[in-house]
Parts: sequence; structure tokens; C-alpha cells
Amino acid sequence: MLIVRKFLRDVAAVLGFVIICVVIGIAIFGPFLLPHPDLVFDSDILRRFEPPSAEFWFGTDNLGRDIFSRVIIGTRGALMVALTVVAIAIAIGVPLGIYAGYTTGWPAEVIMRVTDVFLAVPQLILALAIAQLAGRGLGSAMAALALTYWPFFCRTVYAETRRLRHTVFIEALQGLGASKTRILFVHVLPNVASPIIVRATVGMGFTILTTALLGFLGVGATPPNPDWGLAIAESREYLPDVWWAATFPGLAILITVLGFNLFGDGLRDLIDPKLRRSRS
Amino acid sequence: MSAAPILSLSDITTVYGGGKRAFGGPRAEVRAVDGVSLELREGEALGLVGESGCGKTTLAKTILGLLTEKSGSIRLGGQVVSGLRPEAARRARPSIHYVHQDPGAALDPWWTVGHALDETLRIHGVRDRRERAARIAEMLMAVGLDTSFLSRYPHELSGGQQRRIGLARILTLRPRIVILDEPTSGLDLSVQATVLGLFNDLRHRLGLTYLFVSHDLSVVRRMCDRVAIMYLGRIVEIGPTAQIFAAPAHHYTRALLAASPTLTPGSLDDMPSLRDDPPSPTAVPSGCAFRTRCAHADEQCRVERPDLAAVTDTAHGHLAACHHAFP
Repeated sequence: MLIVRKFLRDVAAVLGFVIICVVIGIAIFGPFLLPHPDLVFDSDILRRFEPPSAEFWFGTDNLGRDIFSRVIIGTRGALMVALTVVAIAIAIGVPLGIYAGYTTGWPAEVIMRVTDVFLAVPQLILALAIAQLAGRGLGSAMAALALTYWPFFCRTVYAETRRLRHTVFIEALQGLGASKTRILFVHVLPNVASPIIVRATVGMGFTILTTALLGFLGVGATPPNPDWGLAIAESREYLPDVWWAATFPGLAILITVLGFNLFGDGLRDLIDPKLRRSRS
Repeated sequence: MSAAPILSLSDITTVYGGGKRAFGGPRAEVRAVDGVSLELREGEALGLVGESGCGKTTLAKTILGLLTEKSGSIRLGGQVVSGLRPEAARRARPSIHYVHQDPGAALDPWWTVGHALDETLRIHGVRDRRERAARIAEMLMAVGLDTSFLSRYPHELSGGQQRRIGLARILTLRPRIVILDEPTSGLDLSVQATVLGLFNDLRHRLGLTYLFVSHDLSVVRRMCDRVAIMYLGRIVEIGPTAQIFAAPAHHYTRALLAASPTLTPGSLDDMPSLRDDPPSPTAVPSGCAFRTRCAHADEQCRVERPDLAAVTDTAHGHLAACHHAFP
């Protein structure tokens, strides 16, 4: 397979892919491999602020909970949140973008102007405002992120669809009498799939970062959720003496986001229909 | 050739732009096709010739139905099929099909040739899978390819193969009129010759009528029974190929013929060429549109727009729109 071989030559992308695989593996199997399953949610005040050791690899936090176990448990939450947010954003943004890109007239115009308004305001600030209004909790943080992230998909898909609308093969299909539904879903959608996939991959990392940020600012996950951002926020007041309580959740965020970004960038270089070959 | 017209256009005008912007004033209107009347006779090959931007492709797309004419009427086999929005127009004109200038780009890059051909038939309601396969195999054979091409992707085909696939694609739909848009552009001469031979062969075998859009006069001369010359959206001369090439009546046709290179040594040196570029279609000159580049233009050409008229009493169907036509 040419595509696989080309991908393997891109060291950064392979590194990203490996990181993502490891992170997903941890999310799935992590809860069964915990060194201290009892110290994820239950506190042990006598053991608070123990530095990293053979027993507690990442140390313990202010309530004596095992940070390593909490980071592992937090992986699943972070991935689930990012996946849900990106999926909802795609479900809203892609159909709107395709429709607005393929048609002309006032509905398309309205969609794109609304998109512009969303894109003009920094996503984080908008999400913060919406999450604050909706009340504290992971659910409202996710809703706020999805509601502010769909315009990015809408914009990308719109631009691609606009370009495709005037290509010869779409025109040929119109000439053959193909219906609009067929052209949009059977031909335009697969052709805009690559930028969607790339944006979704990068978006996963981005959303993990923003979720953590919302958690840090106190509008996302609520205690005792092992959310990475929340863990950093809770340990902030004990810095710099208890450096391990903030460092390890921070590293988890860093590595995961890096993995998605490297892989997303690699995909962007890779996706090109010209690389497809028939089997003959 | 005195066959009945299978398609007739009368006074067709197609306009780009126009209307009003959401904010601000009206948009400029470009009359890409301006009052064209044309008849296509059963079984003939009509060449449509002109410089780039003269409206040939716009006219072809109007006939196909992808562009809606602003005024005029189109009759197909005795029925009026004009004044329809694109989707309805395509349904009303199932016997007309179009082969793109770049048939490779006319195929979805993600789909194999076989998949694309199959879809073409499915769009047209051929439900039976075996019938679709049979029709595709038959037409691939007719254009000189075999079924091994079905698993290829468009970018894996050569220029000549792309032309053949493009033709096979629409022939599976059993059209009566085929519009060929620049069918030889981008092909080298040997491939051009085989492709043109194939077009001719298929026309006689399947009883097709061709509208042959091109700017290559030598190709048109070889392929077509009649030729129509277009300039800035209007037909300025139309007639049997032999007569047009032997005795062109319009000054523009003369200039076009003179501009096509020949193999005579030294002929490039004293070639009378057309002055300047054609005027912008947004500002078509008054009267005869060609007068700004015509050496014989006078006051009458400036004031009065010439209509198509018979060149001589004896010439059958040879019309030209010029005040000072050569007899």
C-alpha cells in the first residue's frame, strides 16, 4: 500500500499515531491496570502530598489520592468528552457547510454570516460564557464547546464545496441529470471528507485542551471528577512545593494534544486521491 | 442533406450576471449568446467554431439545459423544451448528451471508471444490474476498450482513453444528439486521428447527430457536414462545410481561415492575422460586432446590425451576417 508506506516515512505523524494508540489503549484498559484503584476517589489524609516513589509513581495529592491512578482514569473522560464534542460539531457544521456551499440565496447567506459571527469571537471566551450561563458541570461545558466548534467545520466544508461546485465532474453529473441529493451526499461529501478528517483529528487535541482549560477555570468538570484540568486547578495553591500534583496531569494533556496534532498534520499531507491505485 | 430538424433554436439569448446584488446596484449583464437561431438536422454533424470566449460553450450548455436561456425557444423533436430550470430542463431533454472538453476531469476522482459508468445508468433509472453491466460492456467495446478498464481510476487513463470513456459513458444512455466540446484538445495528432475516426464511425453506426464545438478548423473540416461560425455570441456565418471553406462570405470567417497555419514554407511570414483581441462581451460594439477588427467596415456597419442572409441565390443554406459579404 503506497499510502501506508508514505505515511511511515513521516516520523512526526507516526509518533503522533503511536501516542494516540497508547492513549486510546490507556482509556480502554487503564481502569483494569490501576496500582491503587481504591485511591482514585477515596482520600487517605495520612498520605497526602507524598512525592513520587516506587509505590506512588506520580505522588499523591492534597487528599492523599494516587495521582497516577487519577491520570489514567482521567484519560477515558478526556477522550469521551473530545469525541462527543467533535462529533456534535461535525453533525451540525458539515451539513450546514455543504448546503451553504452548494446553493446560493438567502439561507446559505444566513448560515455563513452566523458562522462568521461565531468565528469572530474567540472560541474559548464564547464557550466560557455559554458554559457559565448553562451552569457548572461537564455536560454544559461539552455543550458549550460543541456549540462554538461547529463553525470551524462549517467554514472548511463550505470552502471545499464551493470549489467542487464548479469542477467539471460535478457539472458532468448535473448534465447527466443526477439529483441534488445524489450529488451532495454521494459525490461532494466523500470529496470533502479529507479536510473534515484532518480538522477533526486536530480538533480532538484542541478540544482536550479547551476542556481542561474550562475545568481549570472552574466551569467544566466538578470534583471529585479526575479531570486533568481540574486536577491542575486543585493543586495550584500547593505549588511549587508539591510540584508533582500539577505536573503529571499537565504532561498528560501535553502529550495527548501533541499526539493528535502531529497525526492530524501528517494526515493533511497524506490525503490526496491521486495516491489511490487500483489493484491491477 | 435535407433531413428534418431534430433540434431547432430560435432567437436564443443566454445572459450571465444581471439581476441585483443583495446590497447596492444592479449587476452588469453579459450576453454570452445573443439571438442565435440554429437547426440541427437528424444525422448530421454541425461544427460550431469561434475564438475563445465567443459563446460556443455557453450555447452548448444552453442546448444541454445546464444554463437557462433568457429568451427564445428550443424545440426538440417537435416539442418546446425551453424556459425550464436546469434540473427540469435535463429531464425534458434526455436525448441530448454532452462530452466534456476534459473527460478525465468529468469523472469523480474517488470512483473507478466502472463505478462511474454504472452510476450514470442508475441515475437514468436502469434498475437491472445485469442490464447495466451488459450496456456498459457493449459501449466499451464500441469505443474500442475492454472491461479491464472498469477497475481503473480516472487519473490512470491516457488522454485518448479518457475521451473514449467519456463517450462510452453517455452512449450507454442511448442519446440521439451528442454535443462534443473540443473533443481533440490536448491530444497528440496520431491519437486525435483515431479518436476522430471513432467519432465518425459511431455516428454512422448508431445514427447520432453531432454538435461539434471546436476552434480547430482542420478538425471541423474533416468531421462536419455544416459549419456555424460564432463571433461575440452571434452566428455570423453558417453553411455547408465545403462552401464555407471554399468561399467564405464573412470577413471574420476569411480571417479565421487565413489564420490557420498551413504547411507551405514561408506562409507564416505574410499571413494576414486578426488585429487585436476580440472586444469585451460586456461592451459589444454597435452595429456589426466585428467592425472594430474588420478592414472593410464603414458607416453602415457602425449603425446597422447585419442579419443572416443568403450569400447567393444559388448557394443552398449558406448564410452570412455581413453588409459587405463576399459573393
